[in-house]
Amino acid sequence: MKPALFDFAVAQSLTDAQSALRGEQNKLVSGNQSLGPMLNLRLTRPAGLIDVSLLPELRVVEEHEDNIRFGAAITHAEVEDGAVPDPTGHWMRDAAANIAYRAVRNRGTIGGSLAHADPAADWVIVMTGLCATALVRGAETNAPLRTIPMEEFITGPYSTALGPEDILTAVEVPKPGVGARWAYWKYTRQVGEFAKASAAILVDPSKSRTRIAIGALGRQPALLLNPDAVLDGTQSPIEALSEAIPDQPATALHLHAVALTRAIEQIKVAKEFSA
Amino acid sequence: MSNDQEAKERETGIGARLMRKEDDRYLNGKGRYIADIRMPGMLELAFLRSPLAHARIISQMKPEQSDKRVFFGRDLTGVSGIRAVSGLPGFRPSTQPILADEKVRHVGEPIAACLADSRAKAEDLTEKIDIVFDELPAVHDMTKARDKDSPLLHEDWDENSFLESNADINFEAAIADADVVIKRSFKTARQCMAPIEGRGLVAVWDRNLELLTLYSATQMPHIVRTGLADCLNMDHGQIRVIAPDVGGGFGYKGILLAEEVCACFLAMKLDRPIRWIEDRREHLIAGANCREHSYEITGYAKADGELLAVDCTAIVDSGAYSSYPFSACLEAAQVASILPGPYIMRGYRCKTWSVATNKPPILPFRGVARTGVCFALEVLLDGIARELKITPEAIRARNLVQPDQMPFTNITNKFFDSGNYPEALERAVAAINMTGIRADQKNQTGRTRIGVGLSIFCEQGAHGTSVYHGWGIPMVPGFEQATARLTPDGGLELRVGVHSHGQGLETTLAQIANSEIGIDPEKIKLVHGDTAYTPYSTGTWGSRCIVMAGGAVGTACESLGERIRKIAGHLLQADPADITLENGMASAGSSTISIEEVARTWYLKPQLLPDDVDPRGLDVVAGYKTTKDTGTFSYACHAVKVEVDMDLGHVRLLDYVIVEDAGTMINPMIVDGQVYGGAAQGIGTALFEEMRFDASGQPLASTLADYHLPLASDMPNIRIEHMETPSPLSRFGQKGIGESGAIGPPAAIANAVNDALSFIGAEVTEVPMTPERVLSAIASAELSKPAKGDSI
Repeated sequence: MKPALFDFAVAQSLTDAQSALRGEQNKLVSGNQSLGPMLNLRLTRPAGLIDVSLLPELRVVEEHEDNIRFGAAITHAEVEDGAVPDPTGHWMRDAAANIAYRAVRNRGTIGGSLAHADPAADWVIVMTGLCATALVRGAETNAPLRTIPMEEFITGPYSTALGPEDILTAVEVPKPGVGARWAYWKYTRQVGEFAKASAAILVDPSKSRTRIAIGALGRQPALLLNPDAVLDGTQSPIEALSEAIPDQPATALHLHAVALTRAIEQIKVAKEFSA
Repeated sequence: MSNDQEAKERETGIGARLMRKEDDRYLNGKGRYIADIRMPGMLELAFLRSPLAHARIISQMKPEQSDKRVFFGRDLTGVSGIRAVSGLPGFRPSTQPILADEKVRHVGEPIAACLADSRAKAEDLTEKIDIVFDELPAVHDMTKARDKDSPLLHEDWDENSFLESNADINFEAAIADADVVIKRSFKTARQCMAPIEGRGLVAVWDRNLELLTLYSATQMPHIVRTGLADCLNMDHGQIRVIAPDVGGGFGYKGILLAEEVCACFLAMKLDRPIRWIEDRREHLIAGANCREHSYEITGYAKADGELLAVDCTAIVDSGAYSSYPFSACLEAAQVASILPGPYIMRGYRCKTWSVATNKPPILPFRGVARTGVCFALEVLLDGIARELKITPEAIRARNLVQPDQMPFTNITNKFFDSGNYPEALERAVAAINMTGIRADQKNQTGRTRIGVGLSIFCEQGAHGTSVYHGWGIPMVPGFEQATARLTPDGGLELRVGVHSHGQGLETTLAQIANSEIGIDPEKIKLVHGDTAYTPYSTGTWGSRCIVMAGGAVGTACESLGERIRKIAGHLLQADPADITLENGMASAGSSTISIEEVARTWYLKPQLLPDDVDPRGLDVVAGYKTTKDTGTFSYACHAVKVEVDMDLGHVRLLDYVIVEDAGTMINPMIVDGQVYGGAAQGIGTALFEEMRFDASGQPLASTLADYHLPLASDMPNIRIEHMETPSPLSRFGQKGIGESGAIGPPAAIANAVNDALSFIGAEVTEVPMTPERVLSAIASAELSKPAKGDSI
């Protein structure tokens, strides 16, 4: 299959990209790793594609005291290779190295993945687990960037808090405190495929953050209501999941419970973060 | 022969581990495939394909002003549909329309041909066509296709069945002594063969020569030419078929395509070159056409493990039409004749149906029916062994054909030419370290379990007239021919009608010629894949090339060698019988002359030759048949160690051993390559590949994200051990080996998974063994007998 006819333009600036979104049936494209196949299958037929992958504004990485801000067009490969700093030591790098396969990682971007919001995508669950924040530029060019916690940014399957003229410009990942631990376990039957089940656990006592995110649910990740109970064993994984995702069928619940159990096994032996 | 010469011979002749001559082209991106061909004025073709599995076409409407760019079946004047009628009694023939205009019988069936100067624009045209359908209920389940209330695909038939077959050899008498009777139901999924290169074609009409040239990604250019001549009502002389570099076949390209007939007609009608390149979506939707079998099988055995008889009812989902040339019933005919495998039994009964369903027409895929029957029989055997509390290796050893029985005619009259099957079994059992695995299994707890499984089977290759005539298919192989031509510079051109698309024939046939007449393989060129240049051949399929084309090349070179010796004898003043041909030289004792000089003399300096010189020259066409046409029987034992994660249903292959007997190996590296590649596809069948259909006949995968092929990362490090029992039937003792690797894995892996799960009595009986199927087998076993061990 070949795509239906579309226009293609390379954005010269963020303002440029934003005005192309105004009122027209255009779509932003960066790595094109999810949009491309959908274009070829003619499942999506935008009038035009605006390439933002080289925009300097989206390629910036800024290190702050408490976090690192990644421009949306930073590729998975750049994270994997350590070409950009990893606020978590190596947790992001490890996750990036297992996204799809290298050809996808070379072009796919962190912002593209989050804006596409595939329920099984690695960044969707990892960023939720790491308590990251999305930075969104709205239609009004002079307004300050909106900051949206990741669990509110992803609103459903392939669905985000982005309005029609919004652009996800960056994602801010907090630095963990000393002694923090992390686990991310996903089940893929074959290398490179989207996860069938996944779980991410952050235990960060000095920053008072404990979080268990369950992914690949066919919708946005679910945060367990009482992660400490699951971690200290007072609530079993299957009980916690039955409470958090009661809508899932029994076989899926079982699979997610396996993912959660294995992430718990991982975090028990995980090394503590030291800045 | 000096030691040095012997060493040289080993480097380049039969048995040499020669690097492939085609590697430079294939591995450095220099191949020329269909999609690399462009012609001036060429139009790209896209097909509007049926979105429904079963429907009547009420009306067809073209977009405005598209009469010269959009074509329906009614526009293909004088073109006949494709018919592949089996000669077997009771066969119900079908006619496959080139473009369906009355009824569609599977999703993906071509309805309209659309032409434009780019593929994208041709696809735009397909979207503007208006077809009104009257949808009919679809036949999607082969086990219900013959039900009385099932809708009929072909309305002049009385039931949805191409053919029914019955075999009964001493069955009732054989089962009288049975101590155990074990019944199983098995299923294999429908697959896509998924060569890296899909199908494709460029059709060109030359109005000066009145010659239609079809470039096609095919395994059988001569058969395509014959089929085209039939469908287009043309003389063979008006058609030339060229197969350029072809990126894998596996049986997928052993067919005359409706798309080929259609494009050829349009190229002639419009006098424009036309190209069609199948894309992956077309392949998955319209080309899911192999492997789907269902078995109800019963084994009868004595308490000591002797297999008395097998009773089987097998259904093959043959899809909507009978494909040319292999027909809709080859698969089921094979099931009935090869199910007993390499085992001795007293009685046998087998009933098969080739049923018609609303799915793409079946084609024989690497291994053909063997992958399915090996799975059914070998998993059944392990079931019997467990019941009798004997080991899988013991039940096999008890029933395998023995080396002192060779040659052996089995219960279905298959002629086993040579081999030592028990040795293959013993070596595989030793190589996988069965004893060690058994010991490790005793210490297992928890929900990750290891298991070990075996499968042993034979592969009939290069079988000829008597076998295929018996199966009644329209194309019956009988012979193979080759041309051997010495060029004036002492080079050798070989011309064969088979086609090499990954088999390494450019190398192996050169090695055979090198052994016969001592010309350096570097100076040997294989001309193939073009009906204008090569002798007629049924093509590359059925693991026949190394035996048949290899035999033909050997025969032609032998004959050419005699002629070279005669001329050399004259030039050296020696008796031709005393002349040897080695290392590019013709030698009699200490006097030698180069073969190049012999060639130059014949072509350019005939004044040096006597008046009574043989005027047939140095250009030989020779034919070849095996001494008996029942086929060579290569065989193998696969042994695999797996780990089953009982919480995920995930199967990991930890170790894999193949002990393989290909007879005399022409090039052991190429044999290894065939076995590795085949095993990868067999692992795909075992664990991953499945095209599911819903109740309306819709295929449920249309991209490779949903249709799972085995990946490099899924491959274990396969260890191959060779045995080398020559075949008495072939020229050099070689046996066909092309399909073997793809036959054994589903059976061996299923046996290993079932071994791992035997402590709870779970058995997987359907491939692919997806996590869902493994979990469901575990769940049903645990329901009846709760397991020990941790559970979450």
